Amino acid sequence: MTSTVDAPPDASPPEIPELEGKTTVGDRVFRALAVAAGSLIMIALAAVFIFLAIEGAPGFTADEQHYDGKGSFIGLVVPLVFGTTYAAVLALLIAVPFAIGIALFVSHYAPRRVAKPLGFVIDLLAAVPSVVFGLWGGLALGPYIRPLHEWLHNTLGFLPFFDGQPSATGRTLLTASIVLAIMILPIITALCREIFSQTPTLHEEAALALGATRWEMIRYAVFPYARSGMVSAIMLGLGRALGETMAVAMVLSSSPIIVLDIITSDNPRTIAAHIAQNYKETTPEKVAVLIACGLVLFAFTFGVNALARWIVGRGERKQAA
Amino acid sequence: MATSIDVSDVHIYYGDFKAVEGVNMTVKARSVTAFIGPSGCGKSTFLRTLNRMHEVIPGARVEGKIMLQGTDMYAPEVDPVAVRRQVGMVFQRPNPFPTMSIYDNVLAGNRLNSKRMSKSEADDIVEKSLRGANLWNEVKDRLNRPGMGLSGGQQQRLCIARAIAVEPQVLLMDEPCSALDPISTAAIEDLIHELKTTYTIVIVTHNMQQAARVSDETGFFNLKAAGQPGHLVEFNSTKKMFTNPDNEATEAYISGRFG
Repeated sequence: MTSTVDAPPDASPPEIPELEGKTTVGDRVFRALAVAAGSLIMIALAAVFIFLAIEGAPGFTADEQHYDGKGSFIGLVVPLVFGTTYAAVLALLIAVPFAIGIALFVSHYAPRRVAKPLGFVIDLLAAVPSVVFGLWGGLALGPYIRPLHEWLHNTLGFLPFFDGQPSATGRTLLTASIVLAIMILPIITALCREIFSQTPTLHEEAALALGATRWEMIRYAVFPYARSGMVSAIMLGLGRALGETMAVAMVLSSSPIIVLDIITSDNPRTIAAHIAQNYKETTPEKVAVLIACGLVLFAFTFGVNALARWIVGRGERKQAA
Repeated sequence: MATSIDVSDVHIYYGDFKAVEGVNMTVKARSVTAFIGPSGCGKSTFLRTLNRMHEVIPGARVEGKIMLQGTDMYAPEVDPVAVRRQVGMVFQRPNPFPTMSIYDNVLAGNRLNSKRMSKSEADDIVEKSLRGANLWNEVKDRLNRPGMGLSGGQQQRLCIARAIAVEPQVLLMDEPCSALDPISTAAIEDLIHELKTTYTIVIVTHNMQQAARVSDETGFFNLKAAGQPGHLVEFNSTKKMFTNPDNEATEAYISGRFG
């Protein structure tokens, strides 16, 4: 640096080598493809939103008779949002401990020759069509876990979740939530496993060298590192549970009501199940109401995902600070 | 509280590959023992067997006896976790826990096993350990800031404070200065001199001047040939190693005529 500053001003500048290379054709093609792919997803999302908004708009203010006896759109959609959230949260409560446990087992406990096949099997769960899960939940799982319903009622009946008369068929929100939990298990497990296995060895060894047991090492090194990733994994699972249709529609006999009880035959309905069970009654007004419900679901899942992004981003900013 | 380590006929493996063979030595209590040697000669691997960190790597195993306070630390009934509480370790790259404050980093080892301690006890341990690591004056006003906010040299001293907070018998250091600038290195070397009055210290270093400066005894590791296991060539007092070593290979390595 100094030598250039000290150089006499009249010295002719050294020849500058050609820096501007030509962009190659491959570069330009790839760039165009990437931009197109990126824009397409935005266009698709916007198109879905516009369709829902235009087609659903009449559904907000349709005639009273189209709201399943609930009087107004709000009267119908609030119980549905409640049912959607309730079922999804219950599914999360069941799935998350299993998912984290399985992910930890695969990434940190299992011998490698067990871990690989196990991870593969978990991923396979994601490939089972949801109709099959719904069928299995309604026909096989429900009757099978009826004793569990009765046990919950008898031992924990003082809680508002279990105080009603247990359903005779087992086709309850509890059963539906278990089916939902199994469906969202693979995605949460796969993401958590991936994050856990990326924990820097340096941090793991820091904990181990201090005399940490394996579980203490996981608490000191793995969980802090993986926290924001775990949140986004859980939120993705939640997003999937919110929108899942068949499992709930096929397991439950439901209606748009708000009840906390999860073991009786009176069950809240989710938005997706509501749409699936009613779209056959095609009067234009009814369809508009259903599409409006879909718009609410769209906005709701969008909000959940945005919240997840925000939480993850906050975690990252905190670590960077 | 310091203790010696007796190593007899230790062979170290990664799966089927034998990394180090036939090591015998006695690490003296309250002294600094340095391991030198070319890259890949197994000196870090050997260091990691002294607190059973070697076996953390899948497939890694150790044969032979390493006696600590009269017990073979590789005996089947010995819990590696208990060994590591007695034999602390400082790594090549500073590795404070990123989400913890300076204060919590120092106490990390003490809080393991859900040990309960009062606030004043904890404060005492933090101050004593940070003073022990010559870091107290630099960080005493920001104990609740994240440990990652410190400079590399400070982070490494924080790691030393964390290691000595649990009052181990032995402190292992795996090239503790290789990621640090000369000033931070000098600070750590001074610290090693102070720590050896209390602890048995074993240090691996690539820097022969450093070995000469800080250690009382030196072990020279070497490979017979590429792909062969590393072995301990010579183990002697540092003074003898650097002036009049018994082994020709040692002299060649130390004087730079290595090859």
